[in-house]
Amino acid sequence: MTPLAGYLLVAALLFAIGLAGALTRRNAILVLIGIELMLNAANLNLVAFWRYGPHPELLTGMMFAIFSIAVAAAEAAVGLGLVIAIYRHVRTTDLDEINRMKG
Amino acid sequence: MNVVFWILAVITVFGGLTAVTLKNTVHCALALTVAFAGLALLFLQLDAQFAGFAQILVYIGAVAILVVFAILLTRGSETPSEGVFSHTWFSGLLIAAAVFAVLAWAVLNSTAALPHVSSAPTVSVQQIGSALMGRYVLPLEIVALLLTAAMLGAVMVALHEKGEQK
Repeated sequence: MTPLAGYLLVAALLFAIGLAGALTRRNAILVLIGIELMLNAANLNLVAFWRYGPHPELLTGMMFAIFSIAVAAAEAAVGLGLVIAIYRHVRTTDLDEINRMKG
Repeated sequence: MNVVFWILAVITVFGGLTAVTLKNTVHCALALTVAFAGLALLFLQLDAQFAGFAQILVYIGAVAILVVFAILLTRGSETPSEGVFSHTWFSGLLIAAAVFAVLAWAVLNSTAALPHVSSAPTVSVQQIGSALMGRYVLPLEIVALLLTAAMLGAVMVALHEKGEQK
């Protein structure tokens, strides 16, 4: 197994764990944690392809990862703000109980 | 494939796994921090120092703290009596396992096509700065705008509504 394949496998495993967390947990914050794990797995792929790609001096993959980290920070802030707003509205973060679209 | 990589991979996957399986939400946030730290060390192992330190600053320094704040503000640490997993947990687990199987199959079957240049690239922070100010200046400005908009949006969304009973 080449080093790149090892990193890709770790990223795939982390992505699957994040997806499982996002799909199976009841708490909205845990769903956001799963989404963060999936984003991080994608970042690991980008950096690994940058490192073992033919032109690492162009910095393309690493720039992608850095911008992706910045976008993930914005996503986390807005997502957690939405969770807090929903909690104030319906007094729960249990996604199985939040089943109305009417306010 | 050296020993350090395997140790870091085990730490990262273990952190991620505990972050989505533990019952107490605060413990989940702490396990998530372990996973983020493992990923930052994996970035350092890949000679991407800048991305690794950005990962530590942004994820461990900001996102993990935000998650803990959200848990405390929503009293999410109380474990619900009917369990922490949704009633459709089995199909979710099945979908995640299928996704992992497809990804792993694709990775293991394409090893011949994957590039394997192993000479470590020498990237200085100065080069990254020049690239950010030169070739990537437009994305940088857009990210700055996005972060401002996201900050304002998060404050507006989480702000107390007028006339709401406390």
